[in-house]
Amino acid sequence: MSEERLQLESQLCEEIKKFTKKNIWPEASADDEKQIFRKEIYQKLGDLGIAGMTTSEKYNGMGLSYQSYTRALSEVARASVAYAVTLSVSGMVQNIISQFGNNSQKEKYLSELAKGQEIGAFALTESNSGSDASALKSTAKKTKGGYLLQGSKIFITSGGVAKTYIVMARTGEEGAKGISAFIVTDGMKGFSYGKKEKKMGWRVSPTTELIFNQCFVPKENLLKEEGEGFEIAKAALDPGRVTIGAISVGLAKEAFYQAFKYANERKQFKKPIIEFQAIEFMLAEMNMEICASELLVAKACELLDQIKASKKNNEILKNTFGKYASMAKVKASDTAMKVTTDAVQILGGVGYTAEYPVERFMRDAKVLQIVEGTNQIQRGLIARYLKSEILG
Amino acid sequence: MWFFSSEEKELQKVCRDFAAKELAPKAQYHDEKESFNLAAFKKMGEIGVLGITASADYGGAGLGATAATISMEEFGRACASSTLSYLAHTILCVNNIQNNASKEQKEKYLPKLISGEWVGCMGMSEPEYGSDAVGIQTKAVSVGDKYRITGTKMWITNATYADIAYVYTRTGPEKKNLTTFILEKNKKQFAAGKAIHKMGMRASPTGELIFDNSEVEISHRVGKEGDSIYHMMKNLELERITISGISLGLARACVEQCVKYANERKQFGKTIGNYQLIQKIIAEMSAEYEMMRCFLYSVAKEYDKGNKGPTVAAQVKLAIPKIATKIALDAIQLHGGYGYSREFPVERYLRDSKLMEIGAGTNEVMIMIIAKNLLKTAQTI
Ligand SMILES: Cc1cc2nc3c(=O)[nH]c(=O)nc-3n(C[C@H](O)[C@H](O)[C@H](O)COP(=O)(O)OP(=O)(O)OC[C@H]3O[C@@H](n4cnc5c(N)ncnc54)[C@H](O)[C@@H]3O)c2cc1C
Ligand SMILES: Cc1cc2nc3c(=O)[nH]c(=O)nc-3n(C[C@H](O)[C@H](O)[C@H](O)COP(=O)(O)OP(=O)(O)OC[C@H]3O[C@@H](n4cnc5c(N)ncnc54)[C@H](O)[C@@H]3O)c2cc1C
Repeated sequence: MSEERLQLESQLCEEIKKFTKKNIWPEASADDEKQIFRKEIYQKLGDLGIAGMTTSEKYNGMGLSYQSYTRALSEVARASVAYAVTLSVSGMVQNIISQFGNNSQKEKYLSELAKGQEIGAFALTESNSGSDASALKSTAKKTKGGYLLQGSKIFITSGGVAKTYIVMARTGEEGAKGISAFIVTDGMKGFSYGKKEKKMGWRVSPTTELIFNQCFVPKENLLKEEGEGFEIAKAALDPGRVTIGAISVGLAKEAFYQAFKYANERKQFKKPIIEFQAIEFMLAEMNMEICASELLVAKACELLDQIKASKKNNEILKNTFGKYASMAKVKASDTAMKVTTDAVQILGGVGYTAEYPVERFMRDAKVLQIVEGTNQIQRGLIARYLKSEILG
Repeated sequence: MWFFSSEEKELQKVCRDFAAKELAPKAQYHDEKESFNLAAFKKMGEIGVLGITASADYGGAGLGATAATISMEEFGRACASSTLSYLAHTILCVNNIQNNASKEQKEKYLPKLISGEWVGCMGMSEPEYGSDAVGIQTKAVSVGDKYRITGTKMWITNATYADIAYVYTRTGPEKKNLTTFILEKNKKQFAAGKAIHKMGMRASPTGELIFDNSEVEISHRVGKEGDSIYHMMKNLELERITISGISLGLARACVEQCVKYANERKQFGKTIGNYQLIQKIIAEMSAEYEMMRCFLYSVAKEYDKGNKGPTVAAQVKLAIPKIATKIALDAIQLHGGYGYSREFPVERYLRDSKLMEIGAGTNEVMIMIIAKNLLKTAQTI
């Protein structure tokens, strides 16, 4: 690891910490209760340079590694998982456009996303196709100069607040090969927002239904070729999983920190409760799991950065990365769930109330085990990666 | 359960029907609004469960721990937070009065509490004394034939709706100098502080009870000075058994909802119940539910026969709520993204479940009690 990189990351994390303390923490609980997303907060996070960290400097990104990016995301997640996932999904959109877009698409969409002036969203899931994403039913019918989109998407992070949407729709046969990816923007005729989900957690991050009713999308908004959509989605989801891992680590760290602090302050039976082994051991265990998760995330990032830096297509490296990406996502999100639940336990009665943030952390943790491929689906993927790793 | 009496089976049916009609349809609404279902509470008075363990002389049902636990499971399955309020009223307040108060006090308070005219609560915990309940500092000072009470109780279920509060106070310097009073809102003997916003159990109001030099006649005192430590410990046994019934109800709701969803939801061309990972979740949670049910009701039955014991009550309370939380987490997982949305009840089941690991003594306190008792007696099981 280069000195320079570490220094830059630490400096950035300090800035994020300062920013979140001033701008996110004060309203975090109230915004959670009322499900309020503040675009100006997102834009200011963008001003810190973290909305397009891995996007090329040519398009106003920072051109940094995934190792740096995930550290920054973790830091944001300590204050707000909701803004961290907004960043992560918008980052994923830039990633897709950078990797699969043509020059004019890059020119047109990347800068404002990388600067954090606008938000990107990724629309794959439909009401009847979640885990089985390639069964999606939304269609894009060819018409003069473009396509007509018809159908709807559910559970779309940043739906309604984002400007740029990557939408997967069917242009051909059933199954993965008939899917294409389109860039759809807010305000296009025939594109509207359906209901906003009321959720257990991630309440600051809007999760919305997208509705396409004969929505005309010009042909220059098609990414790559027809039928490449599912490959594009898959290629974006692996790095996406690593970011979910990083967010999980940040959340777990903050929950741990709050619990640790409280355990040192709170007295029962005339002693700080950390002096009781039940609490002391719980805290040690929590931290151990966090460190293990952080290492897995870091390993996955290292492999991803290696892939990005290498000119050759190295299938073995990709396979190893895929395995680590899934493992990092599962381990870190399981850890976040356990650590946040234990944090509520350590705070006792106050942990259960909205006056302390740990109950929010626990609510925010659960969906990390569900999005970007449920932790069950990840296990299936891991087994598949293992098969090619071990049996060739 | 095979060993339920016919009376208990009948009660189970009554409670199940009541829960389906009065609690389930409103559960989501009151959770969302963080409001108390007072109408349902009043109707519990009509079906005769508000004094489930109280004597018939005062309008009670005269039933035991088994019956009370049955009602907790049935209600808890529909709306755990309304059930927590029901528990605070009927087990923490009414049952305590039934067991410890004088005849005059019982005549005065029980009929109205049992009919549902009055809402009751119990105040033990304080901001600085939760697990260390015996350390409480709310003071009752005897002045002539009256007492003056000063202090604050924290986390009191039903505080904001309560007409009657059963309150533990300190009347001397030694740990065990604890004395109870039955206080009336009408007489301004306590005031309720602000309602506390919570992760779960949102239809159950939680708040502070504030005593600002309240003047209380001696007739409000329960028993003699210093009697309360014994009362407290004794009631906690029943509390721990019955509150575990809420966890049991939640676990059952999870199993039922998961089975239903696994049969409906299709992915990859099959209902998800076809996948082994889903089967594992359902099989394990159902086995755990059956195990908890047998454990809990057999302990409740023993309790009704007079085989009481703080150890086994703590064992129930340590084992069951923890498993119920795990089951609720799995239930969300089984529902995927839908499980995270408020349209399905499973996310509420999780938020509600966690409370039973904290209230009525935390998991860690249960560990302390069980270990202390086992190590002390060193008996073979
Ligand atoms: C807050 C939130 C934000 C989201 N953001 C986005 C977004 O921005 N863009 C987007 O496209 N989607 C988004 N999603 C959707 C998310 O990716 C899906 O919820 C997820 O992929 C699971 O799909 P599902 O909900 O349909 O669950 P299902 O696929 O119906 O799964 C139900 C259960 O069955 C299990 N299961 C399914 N198939 C199998 C199998 N073969 N073997 C074993 N078990 C199986 C699953 O693990 C799960 O436990 C979001 C969801 C939420 C809740
Ligand atoms: C929704 C709700 C409703 C409630 N209703 C009522 C009510 O109606 N009446 C009432 O009187 N109270 C009520 N309570 C209070 C409840 O009983 C207390 O919250 C509980 O006893 C824990 O106390 P505490 O919150 O002060 O936590 P603390 O005692 O401060 O505990 C903090 C943490 O330290 C741990 N700990 C403490 N001591 C030890 C030790 N010696 N060894 C190991 N670990 C230890 C605890 O397990 C916990 O993890 C309610 C609480 C809630 C949240």
